[in-house]
Amino acid sequence: MKPVHVVEGRAVPLERSDVDTDQIIPSDWLKRVERTGFGRGLFSEWRDDTTFVLNQSQYVGATILLAGPRFGTGSSREHAVWALMDYGFEAIIAPSFGDIFRNNSSKQGLVTVQLSSNDVEELNQMVKDDPSRLLVVDVERLSVEVPDTGWHRAFVLDPMTRERLLEGWDDIAISLRRADAITSYEATSVAPSLGDVFDDEGRTRYA
Amino acid sequence: MAGKTLYEKLWDSHVVVAPDGEPTLIYIDLHLVHEVTSPQAFDGLRLNDRRVRRPDLTLATADHNVPTDPLSTPISDPISRRQLEALDENCKEFGITVFPRGHENQGIVHVIGPELGVTQPGMTIVCGDSHTSTHGALGSLAFGIGTSEVEHVLATQTLPQQKASTMSVLVEGTPPPNVSAKDLVLAIIGRLGTGGGAGYVIEYRGEAIRSLSMEGRMTVCNMSIEAGARAGLVAVDETTIDYLRGRAGVPQGDEFDDAAERWRSFVSDDDAVFDLEITLNAAELVPFITWGTNPAQVVALDGVVPSPEDTKDADEKNSVQRALDYMDLKPGTPLRSIPVDVVFIGSCTNSRIEDLRAAASVVVGSHVRPGVRALVVPGSRRVKNQAELEGLDRVFLDAGFEWREPGCSMCLGMNPDILTPGQRCASTSNRNFEGRQGRGGRTHLVSPVVAAATAIMGRFASPDEVRV
Ligand code: SF4
Repeated sequence: MKPVHVVEGRAVPLERSDVDTDQIIPSDWLKRVERTGFGRGLFSEWRDDTTFVLNQSQYVGATILLAGPRFGTGSSREHAVWALMDYGFEAIIAPSFGDIFRNNSSKQGLVTVQLSSNDVEELNQMVKDDPSRLLVVDVERLSVEVPDTGWHRAFVLDPMTRERLLEGWDDIAISLRRADAITSYEATSVAPSLGDVFDDEGRTRYA
Repeated sequence: MAGKTLYEKLWDSHVVVAPDGEPTLIYIDLHLVHEVTSPQAFDGLRLNDRRVRRPDLTLATADHNVPTDPLSTPISDPISRRQLEALDENCKEFGITVFPRGHENQGIVHVIGPELGVTQPGMTIVCGDSHTSTHGALGSLAFGIGTSEVEHVLATQTLPQQKASTMSVLVEGTPPPNVSAKDLVLAIIGRLGTGGGAGYVIEYRGEAIRSLSMEGRMTVCNMSIEAGARAGLVAVDETTIDYLRGRAGVPQGDEFDDAAERWRSFVSDDDAVFDLEITLNAAELVPFITWGTNPAQVVALDGVVPSPEDTKDADEKNSVQRALDYMDLKPGTPLRSIPVDVVFIGSCTNSRIEDLRAAASVVVGSHVRPGVRALVVPGSRRVKNQAELEGLDRVFLDAGFEWREPGCSMCLGMNPDILTPGQRCASTSNRNFEGRQGRGGRTHLVSPVVAAATAIMGRFASPDEVRV
């Protein structure tokens, strides 16, 4: 994962609550075995509608998504994160997020910023007033700013997620450094081996 | 010092290392894998020259994509076929047991775990699927993960985790007849909202939970995620032990009794303190149905479609109006007057043998309303075989239902079983999101007996209307 320090760009106001991951990327797109190319499937059920906000010319090229409460609830599909990033989003600002979605985002370097509904509403308004306005999401300082209006807010990110974003860490490499601890845990573990349950063809040995 | 909750016991017994200022690394006892969320994870392993640390704690099945047509029919969608082949190839390459289409143990990942006895109390279980919460019904800590985490577990058999808060949902009393586990959990989600469980692991407790079968407990835990919770739990009791006895994955003979003795400790201590406690009275419950586009948009089956004017919150008004538009419903319409096009009995929420028995008991001797398509999709091959042994397939077929091969099917429409735009469906699945069962499809979540009655009546109906 690439380190992320600051996301600076234009924003697009989605203005919908409860956008679940089925909406972000419909299941039809989940059949693919690749990790790229999901941007075309982003919000695909809505993209045919020419008035849909992502289709409006003034928002083309925006890198920050202003979303409603409970963004990314539902299915655990990481494809939702891949689709948002492949489309070009680097940060999502919303009053709340689905748990697994937020976690998945942090593994890919997609910054999720939680602000109050009021704050998001104010951002929506500023962006609608002037879609060319730049927003700055600073992961280092944990702040969101709209430089030309002087508007700024602090946000909270758990320290590990922040560090992971800033350093671009690979979680697996970090955990593999704990191999000794894992091995000693396994010495006491009672997890039954499936090798005792199934034969080579996957048939059960008992019952 | 206060005692421990079940969640804390599960957590504490799986800590590998808890370094200062870093998330705790917890050990994963069972990693369940399916075709949709794993290919990119296996690719990641290959790219970094990593192996699967514990293939013997990893189990894979084909479920989301498999067609439910007879096994002799080839898979027509080349992209689905490719994904299913990729699962087989990856499992072979990395030495993982896999149940492909047609295998005697194949089925929906959350159905086969408990049924094979590989889901056991006291375990940590993960799967790249949010409904992994199902397995918590057996007193195990089970939750859904994303593909990056799938790769992480494959490579390390651990996960960095933040400890969750604990919530007790106490359901007292006894539910009236026709109120099933599904109604119970819909009531809970209606109460909590889709975000009310965020950050929590919910333990379901109380008389109404204790008196549920294991299948019913799985239905309840399954939908924990629809309230935003990471996992659902039910403490181990004799129902749990009886369910597991004799299953393929559990110890046999005397060793089973030793295991059972250990499993009985996976309960919350009497003096354990939860971060949040809510209470429901089962006696006040009724059959429920969702009217909108998220599982918290739920009303009594006897009720009417709500109005945006019922709420003061502007955001909420908006979302009610959007849902009404999408669902093509008018406020004030009695739910029981609304006709349906399709009835789907299946999914990891309600496709176990008990669900099929309950549905069959409603339809026996009746016939599906002309013009309605009704499908029964057993959760696994073992469920299908058992149902056929009991003659349930005949009951459904005689009543005009389709009796199909096991898989996720119309729960999410990744296989050919999908709604066409505008079709309205009574579904025993867990998500009524826009387009979930097919683009433009309209989903109403119900229990198996309500789904069965609805198929017969051609409109949303209670089982009593059929049985008279
Ligand atoms: S049945 Fe539905 S909810 Fe369950 S695992 Fe399959 S797709 Fe997911």
